[in-house]
Amino acid sequence: MGAFSYFPQTEEDIRIMLERIGVSSLDDLYADVPADFIYKGEYDLPSAMSEQQVRDFFEGLAAKNTRLKVFVGQGAYDHYVPSVIPYITSRSEFLTAYTPYQCEISQGTLRYIFEWQTMICRLTGLDCANASMYDGPTAAAEAVRMCVASTKKRNSVIVSARLLPHVIETIRTYAKYAGINVVVTDKVAEEVAEGVLDLAGVIVPSINRFGIIESHLGLADLVHEKGALLVEYCDPSALAVVKTPAEWGADIAVGDGQSLGIPLCFGGPYVGFMACREALMRKLPGRIVGQTTDASGKRCYVLTLQAREQHIRREKATSNICSNESLMALWCTVYLSLMGPEGMRKLNALCYEGAHYLHDALLATGKFESAYEGEFLKEFCLKPKCDVRKLQQALLDAGFFAGLQTEDGYVTFCVTEKHTREELDQIVEIVKSVK
Amino acid sequence: MSKIAEGLLYSESHEWVKVDGNVAIIGVSDFAQSEMGDITYVEMPDVDDEVEAGSDFGALESVKTSSELIAPVSGKVVARNDELEDKPELINEDAYAAWIIKVEMSDESELDALLNAAAYAEIAK
Repeated sequence: MGAFSYFPQTEEDIRIMLERIGVSSLDDLYADVPADFIYKGEYDLPSAMSEQQVRDFFEGLAAKNTRLKVFVGQGAYDHYVPSVIPYITSRSEFLTAYTPYQCEISQGTLRYIFEWQTMICRLTGLDCANASMYDGPTAAAEAVRMCVASTKKRNSVIVSARLLPHVIETIRTYAKYAGINVVVTDKVAEEVAEGVLDLAGVIVPSINRFGIIESHLGLADLVHEKGALLVEYCDPSALAVVKTPAEWGADIAVGDGQSLGIPLCFGGPYVGFMACREALMRKLPGRIVGQTTDASGKRCYVLTLQAREQHIRREKATSNICSNESLMALWCTVYLSLMGPEGMRKLNALCYEGAHYLHDALLATGKFESAYEGEFLKEFCLKPKCDVRKLQQALLDAGFFAGLQTEDGYVTFCVTEKHTREELDQIVEIVKSVK
Repeated sequence: MSKIAEGLLYSESHEWVKVDGNVAIIGVSDFAQSEMGDITYVEMPDVDDEVEAGSDFGALESVKTSSELIAPVSGKVVARNDELEDKPELINEDAYAAWIIKVEMSDESELDALLNAAAYAEIAK
């Protein structure tokens, strides 16, 4: 027994199960995990500690962390988190956040999901939104599958190479197992016009991985002429000020809700969003909450359009998602209701001012050159003329996480409303001092 | 007791066919609509799409379930009943008046495999 003493199966049970699936040992089940990632030593589990000892131990560990000021974006943004949000979202009525199975009894949960959907529709300009997805990249991958499901006998998608790398990687992973042909290209419009015969969809960023606000003028018409759908990957916070997916003529919008006040938290939990035009509503994956009236004519909420989901016509389902990221969707809903349209515009104005101030000041140091033409909002990249590692180390030593290097060798900076003029000036001074 | 219209052909999956020259007009039987309950959505193919006998060409969604529509014959879709997009309940009101698609048949001998009203009455119980 030993390490497996909590397993209810007997050795004999395990042997029968392994034999049935045709593998000889439990270790064989991990054959797909690269050997480097498999721990080979003996587990050195210490004996039990008291509650106080555990607390002291972890506080000691936590004290080793350095709290850095974050000037990096690349899909996760350090925006201010209003302190009321955790208090509201951790109310016990909300904290059991899984979409309820006895859904209609949970009117409060359905209500806030409906509010979330409404806010996502307002931000994207599109007609309907779902109850949320796991995160931005998986929402993008689901959008790709939705394009294929919504267009007949078409199996290829064009993916802009200017999307964030982890978004492209996730699309590739989903596409591989769905048998979808993925074409990643820098020249989206040319690729749409020229080739890819069975084109189902095209996915482009609203703001690309270099921070540039993209123009999609004419793209939607071109894509629609080919009988395909246009998907836009967006930073929802920025949608308060940049052209919406609806304004560009996109059919589907996806993105990560993290920029709507979710703390960085070492990468999660975040939340994906997904919205589309009404004509595609029945292909929208995941759950949708609808508003209706009950038997006595009062407003109430229901889960609606269930036939899209896998529990009715499983083999025809356009997606295998049957959950959502409800607590984080609630988080963003509370955030947006606190900020309001005016707050979101002001926030973006602060980000824009700070980012442009830093951009110009960094260029003036002579340690960088411009990398790209084009308007940016809060994130930008520059071509370094100095030793990037030394620069990053000097910034780290001063408590700044900044100057992340992209695959292309550029360095990126991101400024949000949390950052002060003093901090930006400090960064510039450090850059000047790097040899 | 559901209604079975005389003079139509039926499939075992509860579609009806009315033959008009080489065109098959296709709908679902009164038995099918009564089993499904209130129909809320009809998913239909586009005109010019090819359908194949025995394969699904669309679906019905009702308040309680969702069910595929199986083509009784093969051929090209020459018309679809767009009125059902906004008024799917027409199928509940009169399943034999609410046709779904019209198909130009590529093999009229496929009709031989379908049931007449009397034979269909045996399975639609």
